[in-house]
Amino acid sequence: MGDLITLSGNFLYLAFILYLIATFFFAGTIRDKKTEGTSTFSSKVAISLTILGFISQTGYFITRWMASGHAPVSNLFEFTTFFGMMLVFSFIIIYFIYRLNILGLFALPIALLIIAYASMFPKEISPLVPSLKSHWLYIHVTTVSLGEAILAVSFAAGLIYLIKEIDQTVRSKRTTWLEIVIYSILATLGFIIISTTFNALNYNATFEFPFEGDISSVDYQLPPLAGPNEGTLLTTERMNPLFEVPSWMQGVNAARKFNTLLWSLITGLGLYIIARAVLRKRIAAAIQPLLKKTKSDLLDEVSYRAVAIGFPVFTLGGLIFAMIWAQEAWNRYWGWDPKEVWALITWFFYAAFLHLRLSRGWHGERSAWLAVIGFAIIMFNLIAVNLIIAGLHSYA
Amino acid sequence: MREIKCDACHHINREGTELCESCGKPLVEKQQAEGKETKKLLNMRYDGSSRRSMTYNKSVVDRVWNFFSSVKVGVTLIVITLIASAVGTILPQQMYIPQNVQPEVHYKDQYGLIGQIYYQLGLHELYSSWWYMILIALIGISIIIASIDRVVPLYRALKNQKPTRHTTFIQRQRLHSKTDDVTDADKHTFISNLKRMRYKVTEDNGHVLAEKGRFSRWGPYVNHVGLIIFLLGALLRFVPFMYIDDFVWVREGETVVVPDTNGEYFIENKDFIIETYGDSEEDTRFKEALENQSGPIAKNFQTNAVIYRNVETVVGAEPQLEKFKEDSILVNHALKFDGFALYQTSYQLNEFKSMSFIIHETNDADETELASFKVDLTNPAEEYQLDNGFRVMIDQYFPDYYIDDGEPRSQTKNPKNPAFVFLVYPPDSSEPEVSFAGIGRNVDASGENQYKVGLQDFEVRDVTGLTVRKDYTLPILGLGGIIFMIGVIQGMYWQHRRVWIHPKNNGLWLAAHTNKNWFGIKKDIEKAIMKTNINMVVDQEQEEQELQKQQEQNK
Repeated sequence: MGDLITLSGNFLYLAFILYLIATFFFAGTIRDKKTEGTSTFSSKVAISLTILGFISQTGYFITRWMASGHAPVSNLFEFTTFFGMMLVFSFIIIYFIYRLNILGLFALPIALLIIAYASMFPKEISPLVPSLKSHWLYIHVTTVSLGEAILAVSFAAGLIYLIKEIDQTVRSKRTTWLEIVIYSILATLGFIIISTTFNALNYNATFEFPFEGDISSVDYQLPPLAGPNEGTLLTTERMNPLFEVPSWMQGVNAARKFNTLLWSLITGLGLYIIARAVLRKRIAAAIQPLLKKTKSDLLDEVSYRAVAIGFPVFTLGGLIFAMIWAQEAWNRYWGWDPKEVWALITWFFYAAFLHLRLSRGWHGERSAWLAVIGFAIIMFNLIAVNLIIAGLHSYA
Repeated sequence: MREIKCDACHHINREGTELCESCGKPLVEKQQAEGKETKKLLNMRYDGSSRRSMTYNKSVVDRVWNFFSSVKVGVTLIVITLIASAVGTILPQQMYIPQNVQPEVHYKDQYGLIGQIYYQLGLHELYSSWWYMILIALIGISIIIASIDRVVPLYRALKNQKPTRHTTFIQRQRLHSKTDDVTDADKHTFISNLKRMRYKVTEDNGHVLAEKGRFSRWGPYVNHVGLIIFLLGALLRFVPFMYIDDFVWVREGETVVVPDTNGEYFIENKDFIIETYGDSEEDTRFKEALENQSGPIAKNFQTNAVIYRNVETVVGAEPQLEKFKEDSILVNHALKFDGFALYQTSYQLNEFKSMSFIIHETNDADETELASFKVDLTNPAEEYQLDNGFRVMIDQYFPDYYIDDGEPRSQTKNPKNPAFVFLVYPPDSSEPEVSFAGIGRNVDASGENQYKVGLQDFEVRDVTGLTVRKDYTLPILGLGGIIFMIGVIQGMYWQHRRVWIHPKNNGLWLAAHTNKNWFGIKKDIEKAIMKTNINMVVDQEQEEQELQKQQEQNK
C-alpha cells in the first residue's frame, strides 16, 4: 500500500518535470522562423512531452485511486491537482484543433502553478465521509473540473490576446489592470516559494488565543506578521507578530490564513519588483514583442471556442450532476450553499459572456477581459470559497 | 402592414426586412454588422429577416416586448442577479446558522455592525426574498420574449433559402473571393469536395448553396425552452401536493406511521448502525489522516428498515400491516416507495428504552432486593404489582429531566434523561411513600421513607432521524435539464456553415458565412478548393481591420 502511494507521488513529480521541460520547448517555438500553426522540431517535442506528462499524471491518478480505494478528488490537494491535470488535457485538445504553440507557453505554466499550489495542502490520503460515498463523487467532480479547465484555457488565450493587443506605449487603465493580473499570478508563485522555503526550514510557531469561549491553539508554518486576536506566542525564539488580526475575522484558522495571504502578496510583490527592475518596463510590455508572430484573431477564436466547449461541460458537471447528487445525499437538489451559489455565479457569468459575444458583438479585447474575469471567478470558487467561506463543501 | 418590394427580384418582403428574403439584396441603406468597425459587410443576423422588436415601437405592448427582447436587458438582469447572489455568500444565510439562536442576535454578535446591517437589509434570507424572486422571474420573461422575437425571423430566413443570391449579397459577405476563369471540372471538384465534407448542396441554374449544420441554429431556442421548463418545475414546488418535506424519528424496534401517507405506510427501524474509520483492517491506509484529526471520522450511517403497507381499509380500525419493502437507508442511498423517499439525515445514540428498579430497605447497606420492576420508558404503565406485596405507582414521569427554577420539568418528550416520582405502597399499607428516582439521583422526598427505590439496570437503543420527501417536480426539472443540455450542445458544438457559389461569366464568385468558428469554415474551404484554381476566400473583416491599423500607424 505504501509503495503505491510512493509510486503515485513519483508519477506526479515526473509529470511536473515533464510539463516544465515542455514549457521551455514551447518557449523555443517563438524563435522558429515559420509562422504559428505549423509543426516544427521544438513544437513536436513540446507537445510530445506534454502528452507524456499527462500520461504520467494519469498514472498518479490511477495508482492513488488504487491506494485509497476512492477517486482522488476528495480533498483540496487531490481536487486541485486533478484540476491541473484537466487543464493540461484541455490544452492538448485545443492544441490539436488550432496548433497554437504560444498557448502552451501560457497554459502549461498555469497548470504547473496550480499543481504546485495543490501540493501545499495536506497530501495524505483521507477517508470519505458518508455524504461523499457515491459514484457521483467521480462523475460530478471530474466533469466540473474538466469544464472549469476548458474555461481556464479560454483565460490563457485571453491573457495572451491582452498582452499582445494592449497598447504599451502609454500607461493606461488597461495596462495597469493587465499588470495586476500578472501580479496575482506572481503572488501565487510567491505563496509556493515562501511556503516551500519555510517548510524546508521546519518553521513552526504556536499561538494560544481565545476562540468562542475556549482557548484554542494554532500552528503557524510561516513567521507571524499577523497574529491571532489576543493571542500569546508559545514557541520560543520566534518573532512576535507585527500586529494582531481584528476580532471580526471568523474561524479558528482565520489569522493563520490571513498571515499566509499576506506573505504571498509580499513575496509576489518582491518577485514583481525584481522583474520590473530587470526588464525596466511593464512585464506585459516585455512579453509583447515575443507575440509578434501570433495572430490576434486566432487567439480571440481560441478564447471563445474554449468557452463554447467548456460551458456545456461545466453546466453538466457543476449544476446538473451537482443537483442530482445533492438530491441523493442531502435530499435537496439546491440549498444555496456558498459553493453552489458560486457555481451558479460562474454559470451566469459565462452565460452573459456568450450572449455579449454572440448577440452584441463583444469580440477581441472585451471578450478577452471577460475570459480573465471568468477565470478569477472560477479560482475564487475553487479556492477562496473553501478557505474563506465555510460551507458544506469545505472538506479540506 | 407595410411591405417592401425587392427591386432586383421583385419579391415582396415583410416590413422590417433588411435583406431580401429571396435574393439577399440589401433593402435598407445602413445594413451593416453591429459592433463592428467595418461598413462593408452585411449584418447577417437572422439573414436580415424582419424582427418584431426592431420593427414596431408604438403601443405599450410593443415597448414591453422590445424591452424584454433586448439582449442588453437580459444580460443586465443576469449581471444584477449574479452580484446579488454573490452578496448572499458574504455571511452565512439564516438556514446555515445554529438552529437554537435568535438570528437578530446571532448576526450582531458574530459579525458586529456588518452583521447587523446584513440582517436588517434581509440579506440573511436573500435567496427567498421577493426581489430575488422577481429578478429570476424577469430573467424568465426575458428568455421567453427574446427567444420568440428571434426564432420567428430565423425560421423565415432558413426555411426557404435559394441558391441564387444577389451580387451585392455575395460581395458583402465576410468571406469572399472572385475567380475569373474556372473550368467545369474544377467547379465540380469543389462541389463534390464540399459534399464529401457533409455539406448539403442545392443547385439552381449554376448557382450553388452548400450548407452544413443548420440544426445548430435552433440550439439557443431549445436550451431556452429547457430553462423555462426548469424554472416552471422549480415554481411547481409551491403547489402543495407536488412537494412534501417532513421528518420522522424511529426508535430501534419500533414501527411508526410514515407521515403524510394518510396512515397507509409504516416504517420499522430494525437496526441503526453507525461506523467510524479506524476499526477495520483496510482503514490502515488512512492512518496518517486519522491521526491528524482530533475526533473520529464517520464512515457510515445506516438504518435497516422495513416498510409496511396498511391493508385495513376501514377508517379508524386497527391497522393491518403487510410487509411492502425491506432495505437499508444510507446517506446517498434513500429508500424509495410509491413516490416517497426516506433519507438518512439524523440520529440519536443510546436513548433509554427501559429502566429496572429494585426496592430495598433504606437502612440496608447491602441493598438486598425485596422487589423489582421494569419501566418501559416510551410507554410506562401506571401501576406495578410486585413481589412481597409491594405496589408502585408512577406519580410523575420526566422523560428528559432538568430543573427549571427549582421545579423539575421535562425538556423534550424523548427519554434522554428519565426521572420519576414513584408512589411506593409497602405491603399491607395504603399510605404510599414518595420516592424520586433517576440517573444518579435518588431522593427521599419526606426523609422518613422506610424503603428506597434504586436504579438497577437500563436498556438503551438508537433512534434514527429520517427525512420524508415526495417531490413530483423532479421529473420536470430533469426534463428541463436534459432539454437545456441538448440545446446548448446543439448550439455550441456545431456551427451553421454556408458557402455560396455564384457563376460570373467564365468564372465564379465565392462567399461564405458561419454563425461562429470562422477558423473552421476557412479550413473547410481551403480543403475543398485544393487542386483547383479557385481562389481562396479573403476574410474581408480582417482585411479591413489591418487596413485601418496601417492607416493609424501612417498617421
